[in-house]
Amino acid sequence: MAFIEIEDVDLVYRNSFGHEVSDGTLALSGTNLTMEKGEFIALVGPSGCGKSTLLKVVSGLIRANKGKVTVAGETVTDPLKIVGMAFQNASLLPWRSTRENVLLPLEIVEPHRQRFRAEKAHYEELADKLLETVGLEGFGDRAPWQLSGGMQQRAQLCRALVHEPDLLLLDEPFGALDAFTREELWDVLQALYTDRKCTVMLVTHDLREAVYLADTVYVMSARPGRVILDKKIDMPRPRKLEDLYSRDIADLIQELRHHINVARTDE
Amino acid sequence: MKNIWLERLSPWILTIVLILLWEVIVKGFGISRIVMPSASESFYAIYEFRVGLWKSSLTTLYSTVIGFGIAVVFGVLMGVAIGISRPVYVTVYPLMVAFNAIPKVVVVPILVLWIGSGLQTSAVTAFILCFFPIVVNMAVGLATIEPELKDVLRALGAKERDIVIKVGIPRSLPYLFASLKIAITLAFVGAVIAETVAGSEGIGNLMLVASSNFNTPLMFAGIIVIAAMATGMYGIFAALDSRFTGWATRGSMNFATAGG
Repeated sequence: MAFIEIEDVDLVYRNSFGHEVSDGTLALSGTNLTMEKGEFIALVGPSGCGKSTLLKVVSGLIRANKGKVTVAGETVTDPLKIVGMAFQNASLLPWRSTRENVLLPLEIVEPHRQRFRAEKAHYEELADKLLETVGLEGFGDRAPWQLSGGMQQRAQLCRALVHEPDLLLLDEPFGALDAFTREELWDVLQALYTDRKCTVMLVTHDLREAVYLADTVYVMSARPGRVILDKKIDMPRPRKLEDLYSRDIADLIQELRHHINVARTDE
Repeated sequence: MKNIWLERLSPWILTIVLILLWEVIVKGFGISRIVMPSASESFYAIYEFRVGLWKSSLTTLYSTVIGFGIAVVFGVLMGVAIGISRPVYVTVYPLMVAFNAIPKVVVVPILVLWIGSGLQTSAVTAFILCFFPIVVNMAVGLATIEPELKDVLRALGAKERDIVIKVGIPRSLPYLFASLKIAITLAFVGAVIAETVAGSEGIGNLMLVASSNFNTPLMFAGIIVIAAMATGMYGIFAALDSRFTGWATRGSMNFATAGG
């Protein structure tokens, strides 16, 4: 059985309060997707196609109106507890130091929650090591607002991974960064992924990002969203930025671009 | 270095200038002290009636602080309830707005009927005046938690209680302290109103008695004393504010967003 199975999921569009709209407009319709443990997938598609919504359905933050979502062999009904999430907005807590922000999940997730006070020194060391791996060595004591946007995203990745989640859900985490910082963070993420071997779902608007990072890229249709194409990316890891400029990869990106353009004009 | 000192001293300099102007104008135009006493006469009145003023000030301060204290406790609790629960918000909030719209002076005679005149009436009036801003600010701080942040925590299996404790409360502290600075001055207003309308002691009552005796210098003395007390209390809460929520003014309240 696959690690994540999404079968025929329908989801009614919701407003900002989380209430379903009365006319029953669908955000997702007949969505199917399966992924194996340890796989890295990327979801791309026209804006408003329900990519982020699909992430929330997988994490159990929203329940599907129809269809079935299984993660690690269990049907998802409530928010999962094995998930790490990161978003476009770093949303670090300004009253906590960067290290304390990274530690936040450990204050909530069992079994760390029980031990947190007693073994605080140990956990702080853990957080500092993690910060070091993303290139934030010595920044643990800084306040989040003293960090640049790229550094905040690095810290956010640490927060998403500190409790060693089985599943990492990333909703356009690099969307607001400049191109150079973004490419730097691709490699940070790639290194974290090869190191930790967790399962990753990445939502992005950037096709190069999707191709560079993912094992499989899924293209979604315009709203109501469903998966219309999956594309295996045969690039050996560790991947290098130069790889993106090879003939094959350039053609692949071109092809994905074409599919999204078709999906957009289909509306 | 010199500029910093000038900045710190400037409000004091303005105060002294205004007091000198007051003195010069009143003396220059030869205004009767029953209409408008000069600054020196007013300050002399503070000295002259120091025993009465001291006793009255303590009474007023006492009822203000009691009313304010109760308002903080219940205001925070009510604010948390309204901030985290939509049903409570839609049910309670409109009523609170309506109650708050009532001019508080008209409530005092009713309070006198119920609990008599005296310290307790002043304290309750102070409470009524400063309760609302505390509730509203606490509720706003809690109700405006970023949805992404909630998702991060919920995806870790956090209960609503965890979210309130880890994020909601610390995040609403700047809002709370902003409201406390307003609330403490409103509490003084409440206490003095009650003393003026129905009290037998306190600064408000002292003013009333001074007025009926045409003792205008004493009335001005009372005003100066109450202004000093309220400003002092404001200063205490402003200091607490910058001590506990410095991150809100140094950072950005909209949570440092990503971007380069």
